Amino acid sequence: MPGPMKELRDGSITRALLRKIRGKSSGLDRPVRIMEVCGTHTMAIHRYGLKTLLEEAGVDMISGPGCPVCITPNEVHEACIDLVTKRENFILASFGDMTRVPTGKGSLQTAVPAPSSRVKIVYSPDEALALAEANPAKEVVFFGVGFETTIPGIALTVKRAAEEVVPNFSVLTALWLIPPALRAILQAGESAVTGFLYPGHVSAIIGLEPYRFIAEEYRVPGAVAGFEPNDILLGISAVLDQITAGRPGVYLEYGRVVNPLGNPVAQAVMEEMLEPRDAFWRGLGRIPRSGLGLKEPYCAYDARAKHSLGLKEGSGDLPGCRCGEVLRGLISPPQCPLFGKKCGPDSPFGPCMVSFEGACFIYHKYARRKRSG
Amino acid sequence: MATTKENAVSLELGSGGKLMRDFVARHIVPAFRNPFLEDLGDASHLPMGIAFTTDSYVVDPIFFPGGDIGTLAVNGTVNDLVVSGALPQFLSLALILEEGLPWSDLEKILRSIKRAASRADVRVAGGDTKVVRRGQADKIYINTSGVGLTVARPRISLIRPGDRIILTGTLGEHSLAVMVAREEFGFESRVRSDCAPLNYLLPIWEMGALWMRDITRGGLATILSELAEKIPHALLIEEEKIPLSLAVRGASELLGIDPLYLACEGRAIIVAPQKKAGTMLSKIRKSPLGRRAAIIGRVDDRTGRPGELLLSTMTGGLRLLEPLTSELLPRIC
Amino acid sequence: MCLGIPAKITRIDASGQGTVDHLGTKVKVNFSLLENVRPGDWVIVHAGFAITRLNEEEAQETLTLLREITQAQGE
Repeated sequence: MPGPMKELRDGSITRALLRKIRGKSSGLDRPVRIMEVCGTHTMAIHRYGLKTLLEEAGVDMISGPGCPVCITPNEVHEACIDLVTKRENFILASFGDMTRVPTGKGSLQTAVPAPSSRVKIVYSPDEALALAEANPAKEVVFFGVGFETTIPGIALTVKRAAEEVVPNFSVLTALWLIPPALRAILQAGESAVTGFLYPGHVSAIIGLEPYRFIAEEYRVPGAVAGFEPNDILLGISAVLDQITAGRPGVYLEYGRVVNPLGNPVAQAVMEEMLEPRDAFWRGLGRIPRSGLGLKEPYCAYDARAKHSLGLKEGSGDLPGCRCGEVLRGLISPPQCPLFGKKCGPDSPFGPCMVSFEGACFIYHKYARRKRSG
Repeated sequence: MATTKENAVSLELGSGGKLMRDFVARHIVPAFRNPFLEDLGDASHLPMGIAFTTDSYVVDPIFFPGGDIGTLAVNGTVNDLVVSGALPQFLSLALILEEGLPWSDLEKILRSIKRAASRADVRVAGGDTKVVRRGQADKIYINTSGVGLTVARPRISLIRPGDRIILTGTLGEHSLAVMVAREEFGFESRVRSDCAPLNYLLPIWEMGALWMRDITRGGLATILSELAEKIPHALLIEEEKIPLSLAVRGASELLGIDPLYLACEGRAIIVAPQKKAGTMLSKIRKSPLGRRAAIIGRVDDRTGRPGELLLSTMTGGLRLLEPLTSELLPRIC
Repeated sequence: MCLGIPAKITRIDASGQGTVDHLGTKVKVNFSLLENVRPGDWVIVHAGFAITRLNEEEAQETLTLLREITQAQGE
């Protein structure tokens, strides 16, 4: 390992990259609007103060739909809360991100569980399975939410549960695929996105091919970037090069982590255990074959069936919510009339305000400041 | 849109975040209205030159690397006195014990209390012991009330742009030690709790310190945001100046936790007049507990709006920090 | 949604489970999604799973690229 790789965060390199980006963007005749797909990129861009710096360099960053907390329907969150408040001897195991989401029934964090039931925050799906093995008298449901980065791990855990026959374990799956969501955004036509920053770790699983159609059919350039500040800026610089040259492609900035073919073992696991389904994305609506569900013989570990959850997804968000337009990059958070008034981090209307990475939440919390002096 | 079903107390209420602050503001203060309470400082200064504070300790697990519930029960209360400008003198010690608590555990905790009290130069002047049926308490709960002599008063109204913010040491070791002891998230670390008495900071009051607070639940960002809300200026801190141990950096990066929100039990923030900050810092660094103290920022009137806490990031950007609104979580995203 | 940290493998057992080290903190990791990994290798860890191995050559290339950017601008 080549040491601490300080260059990825070096401030003088950041400034040099921003100068380059400004030079490139000023030579173009259209505004540059790049959509960072992945919530972790959105976080990084704000955390390092890059959003304002990029604006000053002529690049508008738009946050995309890669935020699993944001796009998981309200009904699914509520089903989790019901499991632990209305049933006895249940343990709802969840990633931390999910437990903050407020719904009409409160959040997993603030919900008061039924006696003998509880919520347990876990760092990995393996931990949830271990919890089931250690608590045979309890029914453990793992709230398995994620994109392609997280999906293989969740699938492997179900596989192990099946192999070891762990009867008190099941997964409430909310598994989402990025490329179909991008296609839906592009098909809707209106988003005026001139380039994409593709998610680094999703790409480590799926490789570069799934994004090809964006460059070839829709003629929109893109780059797969890492998560350090200078990774992000290198990726954006590469997108500008493609725009300037009129040659959209899929540039790999994050080569140290992403193999162009992705992770074949992970892909095989997904293929073996999961099948594509139409899925309802909060804020975006129904997108064909954009979700995954467990195949036989693993359906016994699907919590929806096992616990008769009767979920009807897509029962709709609150009226007035314009998250769909934010997720498509059509409006920025402050352009939503509810932003900062009826809709805020403590009382979110829709998905974009709900998650730590939701565009509106981030905008609200890490509001732009110019550095003076 | 309601975020809580408020017909029963939730665990969230006790986490020290917004829900708790709202609870105190809406239910406690109005019920008991008086000038000693309304300050809502860590300790209350009473008319006789005495400062008074109380705290209850329910930490789980009761033993963790670097300390136990007994060490916490002494240092937590001592520190509330020190950062309010009082020389700690006496503690009361009330124990609520669960039937079945192993005697060896209780003895260990009492020894810790004795050691911590001696180190903090306070005496346990009274107390109480109750035992409840198995299952009606979680092993042991401790309440300590502390009495000290007022030696200084925080003077928030004297805080001016240019005044410096001193952090007395590295962040988050206590939180991390408790997570390790809980065997959460499958991680191992050699971290030890930073639980310690802050008596060594008392001379800093004499040198002209304007305000102090120990960094407990909610972490540095919460403590400083709350300060920012009380003054007509902004606060600006610099990411690169904040001391972090390797253990906390490693664990927080691995688990997706922000160290700015991690609780400590032996670290403080001091607002120092600009001209005196340097000498104060030297004095703090002379103590073994203050070796990694640093000036991490200042009171500001150019960069931000009054009431804001801003972080200048390592890449030259600016970020608004807000108080912790909910329990700190490891993230996957 | 992609929080992943580079960490060094310290231990792998026959079942594909083991630990990685990041700045002295160790965490339990499942290596079943990768083939031919050994202690000493660097991997990206996400939600308790190692999802890919770090490519040293590519890392060097990126670092060289970044260094050249400041040199080109005469910094």
